Amino acid sequence: MFELDKYTDTVLLAYTVSIILLGTLIWATLSKSKRIKRALDAQEQKTDDKR
Amino acid sequence: MSLWEYANPAKFMALSARILPYLAIASSCLLLAGLFWGFFLTPADYKQGSTVKIIFLHVPAALMAINAWLMMLVTSLVWLIRRHHVSALAAKAAAPIGITMTLIAIATGAIWGKPMWGTYWAWDPRLTSFMILLVFYFGYLALWEAIEDKDTAADLTSTLCIVGSIFALLSRYAVNFWSQGLHQGASLSLDKEQHVDNTFYLPLLVCIVGMVLLFLTLVLIRTRTEIRSRRLIALRLRGI
Repeated sequence: MFELDKYTDTVLLAYTVSIILLGTLIWATLSKSKRIKRALDAQEQKTDDKR
Repeated sequence: MSLWEYANPAKFMALSARILPYLAIASSCLLLAGLFWGFFLTPADYKQGSTVKIIFLHVPAALMAINAWLMMLVTSLVWLIRRHHVSALAAKAAAPIGITMTLIAIATGAIWGKPMWGTYWAWDPRLTSFMILLVFYFGYLALWEAIEDKDTAADLTSTLCIVGSIFALLSRYAVNFWSQGLHQGASLSLDKEQHVDNTFYLPLLVCIVGMVLLFLTLVLIRTRTEIRSRRLIALRLRGI
């Protein structure tokens, strides 16, 4: 049963804010992880080439 | 086999790579299912109306805000006592997640508070201790960034973490210590007479388990990133 009443805006606002915060955290985590992994792979490749 | 073997970064990376996909799938499924169940399939409360649906975000986030700090306390103590770098990096990795959880708890609480209490904010013991916890989270991360030597940074942030734990515990038990605040008692209790009705309790439980698994997933990803980042810096400093 999907019930929203006079508090619809309040509930939707709470969900929107939470989803934005969680989404930003997940995006930041994954993008930093990818960036650092790429940089480390490149650095290790450079190291292997020098050897 | 000892638990301390996983303090070895290589072993930690191998184990975390194996369990991460399962954790990520389980956390996504449980959190989405719990939120869908709570938002679409629960009725409005007779007193709070539909604002009761905010509980499915507020309570799991608040629980994780406190428990993330307690996890940081344990890993900080491991660093101080046994000098395992992975544990110090895991503590650092958990802080931004703790900040996000604290912000969600404060924001959803404020949004719920306006129609229910008539105000977004009150200097209530639990709200105030949560605000202090948030400041500790930011201070903890700022301290990591402010100190160049990473071992010294780990020492000082671990000490700060021990001090901040008082507020993490206070934010959990504040409603029990002082009864004059606006914030009600705990929504969940082992005493069936005290906790919320099963209509809300079961989806809430699913959301909590989902949020715990999401926390673990993100901590593992961020710890792996911190380990890689340390290795990258080491390789660059060696100039090879």
